[in-house]
Amino acid sequence: MGRITLDKVEKRFGDVQVIPPLDLTIEEGEFVVFVGPSGCGKSTLLRLIAGLEDVSGGQIRIDGNDATMIPPAKRGLAMVFQSYALYPHMSVRKNIAFPLKMAGMDKAEQDRRIDNAAKILNLTDYIDRKPGQLSGGQRQRVAIGRAIVREPAAFLFDEPLSNLDAALRVGMRLEITELHSRLKTTMIYVTHDQVEAMTMADKIVVLRAGHIEQVGSPLELYRRPRNLFVAGFIGSPKMNLIAGAEAAKHNATTIGIRPEHMGVSKTEGMWKGRVGVSEHLGSDTFFYVHDTGLTDGITVRVPGEFDLKSGDTVYLTPDMTHLHKFDDKGLRIE
Amino acid sequence: MARSITNKQKTINTAFAWGIGLIIFFPILWTILTSFKSEADAIAFPPKFLFFDWTLENYAVVQERSDYMRFLWNSIIIAGGSTLLGILIAVPAAWSMAFVPSRRTKDILMWMLSTKMLPAVGVLYPMYLIFIKMGLLDTRIGLVIVLMLINLPIIIWMLYTYFKEIPAEILEAARMDGASLGKEIIYVLTPMAIPGIASTILLNVILAWNEAFWTLNLTAAKAAPLTAFIASYSSPEGLFYAKLSAASTMAIAPILIMGWFSQKQLVRGLTFGAVK
Repeated sequence: MGRITLDKVEKRFGDVQVIPPLDLTIEEGEFVVFVGPSGCGKSTLLRLIAGLEDVSGGQIRIDGNDATMIPPAKRGLAMVFQSYALYPHMSVRKNIAFPLKMAGMDKAEQDRRIDNAAKILNLTDYIDRKPGQLSGGQRQRVAIGRAIVREPAAFLFDEPLSNLDAALRVGMRLEITELHSRLKTTMIYVTHDQVEAMTMADKIVVLRAGHIEQVGSPLELYRRPRNLFVAGFIGSPKMNLIAGAEAAKHNATTIGIRPEHMGVSKTEGMWKGRVGVSEHLGSDTFFYVHDTGLTDGITVRVPGEFDLKSGDTVYLTPDMTHLHKFDDKGLRIE
Repeated sequence: MARSITNKQKTINTAFAWGIGLIIFFPILWTILTSFKSEADAIAFPPKFLFFDWTLENYAVVQERSDYMRFLWNSIIIAGGSTLLGILIAVPAAWSMAFVPSRRTKDILMWMLSTKMLPAVGVLYPMYLIFIKMGLLDTRIGLVIVLMLINLPIIIWMLYTYFKEIPAEILEAARMDGASLGKEIIYVLTPMAIPGIASTILLNVILAWNEAFWTLNLTAAKAAPLTAFIASYSSPEGLFYAKLSAASTMAIAPILIMGWFSQKQLVRGLTFGAVK
């Protein structure tokens, strides 16, 4: 249960085409993350799968059955919203029970599933409270609880962590990943945060303006970005992209080197520059190097501490095995 | 810095608010006071405010001369019936305009409101003829329908405003949770909109209760509500202020009491969404 196929699915709002015909297969049990900048159509794509928006063309199949015209209630998918979308007038228990009540499940089975979900998500102590009395993290857990009791064919997450503060976000990220390894149900997760995408996904789908730019595992995308967009989007800090004469030396229009794939020296190296801002994180140090004559501001990442001050001269040496080359269309050259 | 208000300012503000409140309430207060006066005291000059011979005589006379309960019952049925019927029609209408708006939704809302700008007397004649043809003249059902129709734009507008405050994602969540459209409206939308629906009902009952044009023109004896009851005391008997006041007090008492007990709900409903 939980194989979702999109066959030439497209979406237009009036005359505006937000998603051009697109093919994608999500395998059973996979954790797939849709990632991209805001306005790239990732949420729209999720809502098309959910059935909250009607497709303008193409076909959506869930477990082989055509679901294109089936209303959201009948698709057997559960969704967790960015705003949690809990029912404010119902207690936590009633919120979680709602989909079961709609399905007409008998009371004993309802209670068994609710108690089980509450235990998994540490909600037992809050079960009789109203959503208004809960913190953001607890609300998000209730929303997840409401999704898991249904034992759906797939879970859809629409930027579920973006309303939480940073510390809580990391915690919930882990909880959702653990939930996936426990339930082994297909999950589709939408985010604009590439760190969430990298840490959680089995498979990342990078979207831009409704187009799929690349599909692959997090490390595939990191190691072999198919084009300049993916190269710039995946990885933090961003990959340094250098055009011009330096790129021509490598028979490319643009070359890319990640901040962590450069050697740093005070005395010798391939590229000479001047240190601008430096950020000391303890575990790593980021230097922003100027006046290299390559591109304005090259980012370098050095593990641990490195003694360089603003204005110091620095030499950088890229690790050639990690050099990415792109042609004049922005596509990767092998 | 938080704005600080001194005690003196507070006292002044409070006195001012009471002053305004009293001015607004004064006509009703005066009517109630007059209803307890003798006819002579009622027209005395200078007017007597509190020091007169209090009497219940007017109420006895009014009750004796006309059957108050019958008018009251008609008012309750007409105001309550038209409100309930209006709500039943307006909830789905407001739902569709708030959550699945089309390009024309705003125009439709404006158009509905524009019907309120038409002088009622302009359609009195055709309405009267229609009522005669359909045998609705002087019937409660006829008035329920007419009052429902004239207040429907207001009901839909109010509900639309409240529904707009409800995040669409919650309704989408209900849809994902397997709720049909009907269940979505019954279990999720309506409970969340209760304060708004309650204040809409209250306001509409008051409007329908006070409606005098259609209730006077389309009724004779059988279906006449309290507006007709008051009207019957105005001209034919000459100017009997005390009795007229007693009749008016009896006519507005039920709605006044209802408003008094539900004022919290009314204020909560009318400011719903303005303060989060």
